[in-house]
Amino acid sequence: MKPMLNIALPKGRLGEKVYAMFEKAGFGCPSILEESRKLIFENAEAGVRYFWVKPSDVAIYVERGAADIGVAGKDILLEYTPDVYELLDLKLGKCSMCVAAKKGFSDDRNRTLTVATKFTNIAKAHYAAEGRDIDIIHLNGSIEIAPILGLSDVIVDIVETGTTLKENDLEVVERFVPISARLIANKSGFKFKTERIEQLRKSLAKLVEEI
Amino acid sequence: MKDILSILSPEERAAFSLCALYEDAGYKKYRMSKFEEYALYVQNKDFLVSENVITFTDTDGKLLALKPDVTLSIIKNSRPQDGVMKVYYKENVYRVSKGTKSFKELMQAGLECLGDVTTDTVIEVLSLAARSLDAISEENVLEISHLDIVSGVLSALSVSEEGKREILMHLGEKNESGVRAVAQREGLSEQNASLICRLVTVYGAPKEVLPALSAFAITEELSAAIAVLEEIVRGLSEEGLSDRLIIDFSVVNDMNYYNGIAFKGFVRGIPVGVLSGGEYDGLLKKMQKNEKGIGFAVYLDELSRLEEVKGAEK
Repeated sequence: MKPMLNIALPKGRLGEKVYAMFEKAGFGCPSILEESRKLIFENAEAGVRYFWVKPSDVAIYVERGAADIGVAGKDILLEYTPDVYELLDLKLGKCSMCVAAKKGFSDDRNRTLTVATKFTNIAKAHYAAEGRDIDIIHLNGSIEIAPILGLSDVIVDIVETGTTLKENDLEVVERFVPISARLIANKSGFKFKTERIEQLRKSLAKLVEEI
Repeated sequence: MKDILSILSPEERAAFSLCALYEDAGYKKYRMSKFEEYALYVQNKDFLVSENVITFTDTDGKLLALKPDVTLSIIKNSRPQDGVMKVYYKENVYRVSKGTKSFKELMQAGLECLGDVTTDTVIEVLSLAARSLDAISEENVLEISHLDIVSGVLSALSVSEEGKREILMHLGEKNESGVRAVAQREGLSEQNASLICRLVTVYGAPKEVLPALSAFAITEELSAAIAVLEEIVRGLSEEGLSDRLIIDFSVVNDMNYYNGIAFKGFVRGIPVGVLSGGEYDGLLKKMQKNEKGIGFAVYLDELSRLEEVKGAEK
């Protein structure tokens, strides 16, 4: 029997797309497609065990070794800088990290800029590189509302199509990092399961090229 | 009476077997005081794993610190002498844990060689690192890199300082697409960008990797560095230690302090590296010491997760 490869996938639409790729790459686990509330699925024959976790937690499961590999957004990797290998850009879930503000906003450099965001570290690093003095307001969701209510001047968030922004009378001021889903691996796990992880990475890389 | 070893925790057992190993190899135990002047750490802040240091004022008004690192103290107190000063230690250090963001006491064991460090010294230190891993678990991997090969390739292709920093970061992540993106932004030719990417993709057992290294021999310095790496692998093979050895350039350390050989050790079942070390001539130069140095530390606190430590069987 092959040694188990533990794989953490992000719950939701992105995770389902990713699983489809893994299945094509020869790492299928049929039980995962059955309707159920289970979170862990195993295919002992193929030597894979999948678990669904909150997208922002995938990197933690991988960094701490509960999963050997996983798929996480580049936004999460930049924000939490987990000590993991980033083996492949899956080119799924593409979007950008953006600064957005109310339409017609212009930055008055005479005063501190207030920034509302889920991505505190990314925002800090972005403005530090520009030498801009900012104040950060950490929010966990509905970031778009902050400039409208006057809670902040701008927001830093991921933007895919920009529809939510438009509907709330906001616009993108600056796109500064492209985001997509990445295949990540635990550094220690990778050493002891190198062959299987590399096999998966190579198959996935072929699939990515075909897209 | 209960076997005295059975009351020890895995990290304590490992600590004892490591100390015995280093003592047998002729290393002298290095004892140090709990406190160190804070200035030592401020001057070498980037060398520390975590920037935060516990400080307090001594009765005479001096600002002291609970040591976050052992290597700096050993270097500071070393006196120039003939040959190589070989010491080992088992000490507690105080660092901020990433999870709780608060200070933690961590036990470390390790060794340092200061002075006239030659390739033979490097082989000796690497073989002790391999044996340290053996003492912790049979299933282990020691990965080694030669930083001069990495920095030599980047310098030979005239990568900017900012580009170097980013490529090293992506190299540490084994992020080939990231490395390629920086190389392209630096305006490198397709061929040169691919050469840099090979630093990510060329890794594995020495017998597979060594023949592939000739691709990097684009300057005399690089050829010399590759020859050193080959000599080291040969030395370790003669001691029968090459089967768990991996050459992997993703082992990156801060190039301001480290140079030459860098290495990391992993054991199955522990998600992070348990051993880390390398040559640090840059640090010595910064501390105005005209000598060479190499050493490593074993992070004993990580071993509490390991159920079985081989040392206890003896």
